Amino acid sequence: MGIPGVGKPRWVARFLLLSMLALVLGGCTLPTFGAFRGATAQGQAEFKLWSWMTIAGLVVAAIVWGLILWAVIAYRRRDPDKMPRQFHSNLPVEIIYTTIPLIIVAVIFFYTVTTENKIDAVAARPAVTIRVTGFQWGWSFSYRNPAGRQIALVETAQRRPPVLAGNPTSPEYPQFVLPLGETTRIVLQSADVVHGFYIPAFNFSRYALPGVTNIFDFTPVRTGIFPGHCSQYCGLYHAEMLFSVRVVKPSAFQTWLNAESASGVAA
Amino acid sequence: MTLVAERPVVLVESPEPEHEHGPSGLLKWITSTDHKVIGKSYMITSFVFFLLAGLMAMLIRAQLANPDSTLLSQHTYNEMFTMHGSLMIYLFVGPVAFGGLANYIVPLQIGAPDMAFPRLNALSYWLYLGGGSLMMMGFLTTGSAADFGWVAYAPLSNSINTPGAGPDLWIVALLLTGFSAIFTGVNLVSTIYYLRAPGMTMFRMPIFTWNMLVTGILILIAFPVFTSALVLLWCDRHLGAHIFEVSGGGVPVLWQDLFWFFGHPEVYILALPFFGIVTDVIAVFSRKPIFGYRGMVFATISIAALSTSVWAHHMFTTGVVLLPFFSLMSYLIAVPTGIKFFNWIGTMWRGSVKFDTPMLFAAGFLVTFLLGGVSGILLASPPIDFATHDTYFVVAHFHSVVMSLVMAAFAGFFYWYPKMTGRMLREGLGKATFWLMFVGTNVTFLPMYLVGLKGMPRRIAEYAATDGFTTLNRISSAGSVLLFFSVSIFLVNALVSWWKPVPAGDNPWDASSLEWATTSPPPQHNFLRIPPIRSQRPVWDHNHPEDRIIERERPRLGGLVASANGGTVLLDEVGFGSADTIETRDPDR
Repeated sequence: MGIPGVGKPRWVARFLLLSMLALVLGGCTLPTFGAFRGATAQGQAEFKLWSWMTIAGLVVAAIVWGLILWAVIAYRRRDPDKMPRQFHSNLPVEIIYTTIPLIIVAVIFFYTVTTENKIDAVAARPAVTIRVTGFQWGWSFSYRNPAGRQIALVETAQRRPPVLAGNPTSPEYPQFVLPLGETTRIVLQSADVVHGFYIPAFNFSRYALPGVTNIFDFTPVRTGIFPGHCSQYCGLYHAEMLFSVRVVKPSAFQTWLNAESASGVAA
Repeated sequence: MTLVAERPVVLVESPEPEHEHGPSGLLKWITSTDHKVIGKSYMITSFVFFLLAGLMAMLIRAQLANPDSTLLSQHTYNEMFTMHGSLMIYLFVGPVAFGGLANYIVPLQIGAPDMAFPRLNALSYWLYLGGGSLMMMGFLTTGSAADFGWVAYAPLSNSINTPGAGPDLWIVALLLTGFSAIFTGVNLVSTIYYLRAPGMTMFRMPIFTWNMLVTGILILIAFPVFTSALVLLWCDRHLGAHIFEVSGGGVPVLWQDLFWFFGHPEVYILALPFFGIVTDVIAVFSRKPIFGYRGMVFATISIAALSTSVWAHHMFTTGVVLLPFFSLMSYLIAVPTGIKFFNWIGTMWRGSVKFDTPMLFAAGFLVTFLLGGVSGILLASPPIDFATHDTYFVVAHFHSVVMSLVMAAFAGFFYWYPKMTGRMLREGLGKATFWLMFVGTNVTFLPMYLVGLKGMPRRIAEYAATDGFTTLNRISSAGSVLLFFSVSIFLVNALVSWWKPVPAGDNPWDASSLEWATTSPPPQHNFLRIPPIRSQRPVWDHNHPEDRIIERERPRLGGLVASANGGTVLLDEVGFGSADTIETRDPDR
């Protein structure tokens, strides 16, 4: 038994897909939907997946919302005496709307796995290695040489009196520095409870988990100062566990690192 | 297998129950084992927790309406979001469904006189009330109520980081409500398996009852793990067990695994009952049978099965879970959920859809839940989760989901209130409640998606003016005021129905399942007589004999179905009240 009226929403879907295609072929950049484009190579990979999956999600949602809206408007009760036909199944239609979602899932799963492999990949020889430690309520960023010795240290001033959350980029919060275009290894640990090392502009967060060392890479592709937060609730002053990251040209990074080393923190 | 048609006339004489001559008033309420009394107690109690948690949410929104806000101290704010989440999840959304609505409705829908274990049922309620009260007593302690978030991640939840009686009360409270839920699960499953009326085969049960069966099974899978984990946490705090402590060789992330092994099935323990309500409401108000009934049952069971293997999608950013597995399993849940959506639409399709308040809420559920579902798909992708985990994007996602469930709960309240009280709620006030809730939900939670994408972490007591979060937060706070008025109007509606009752009659919605065959409210043991059950819609079959569905016409999946329904041709000769009616107890004779 055919279901009349299905044709119209399909037409809507086709229109949406075509306009999407026009958008892409027209050379426009991917829509952000309010998210960051990603200031690292890893973050950009995430952004691409985000944008495409959000497009797909909104198309599917628009179709289903359209069907709901259609059903709600077109089939509202006008004649209280009219009894609708008592149909209650349509096997071909049911098979179709079971199969299509399975195909969609297979496709997004494929792109999810390839993207997450890109983001989680760690370089064999990173240019910089930073040991990041989260503690209640601050961060320490310890720059290490290839032998594992500390050559520079940036950290939250200990036991400062609680203040209102400021801007993460303001001077009372630690700011660590990364070289543009080079791969930095982050070795993330926690000194006490679970913290979340989160840099929104990098489209990335990872738990600082007690007893676990998490390792990942950043390859910044944009210079600038980016705010960072603790994202995982960690107790009283969770809101104030702020930091920032400054991405600079490699030469400027070297100058900064030399100055930090010379300031004697490392000795 | 032709037992349905050839069943002889059954006359069940049941003696007058003794407790009818028992205590009255308060004592009767306290000692009652009637599923209807217990169900109502559950609903009222959980609604009180809902109001309390809602007021906490209003405080949270007031705090976040301004940058650098000092309305609440950081400490108080932490208590507020912890208790808001705990009350809503543990004491409202779950118990109002499996303790309240299911307790009241399931025995009626299957033609049973009560739950299988009435005294266990009473124990469940009193454990729940005791547990809930204990949790609230945290506010009376010198330290504070629990303030480690509703997920109580170790090691923040140990005795060093969160000392005091408040967190202990939280743990013990959840032990009590955990046992309460387990007993309710046992009761629901037993009742649905063993107490169905003659003719009420599994595939004739209303979808609400089906979903409660699956919910009951999920409770039995998930809650024992959680309850055990709470014991371990208590041992860590008081006996130095070091199960979740690195220092003694323990594993903090084990708590997260145990918690979410409960926590994700819990999402469906919360959701499935409301899926059931919406399914039945849509069918009744569209004047049609449920589209794809068997597909619906299959989808419910698949969702429940999958939900036990997706817990670590809450832990993608821990760095210690197998991302592709949990990602794929999470994506797969979209398939049966999608089937449900299309079945809901198919039920309305070419129907005659009347937008009384319950149906409005059901439609609001569909629209809102879809958004929660789509954002859920995004979050099931580990890379996207890396970018949005623990931000307001996640907060927005699960509030889209949970607020859609709250709308479905209101659909259920408005739908069954006449059955439970014998009075109608006012349509005008009901529609005002709906529109304020629908608009309020979207105004409150849509901006949270955006502020999350801008990088606002969850559970922060304050943010800076320079963060750029202010405008979106103000819109959210304004939306929460709409929600406040929505719920207030509902309370007014209930009061009005009490002061100036409009009698409901037995079946005000022209509904189809068995609860509408008895009086409103139903008598002591529910039914004086039960119509013959020859299809999924026994009451409809009686009221609309010309629009019955003879089961034989259904597409058959196997020979079993065909033979089980072999005798349904007799339908034309029988009717409600005829010789074929199954008589139970009729005091008038």
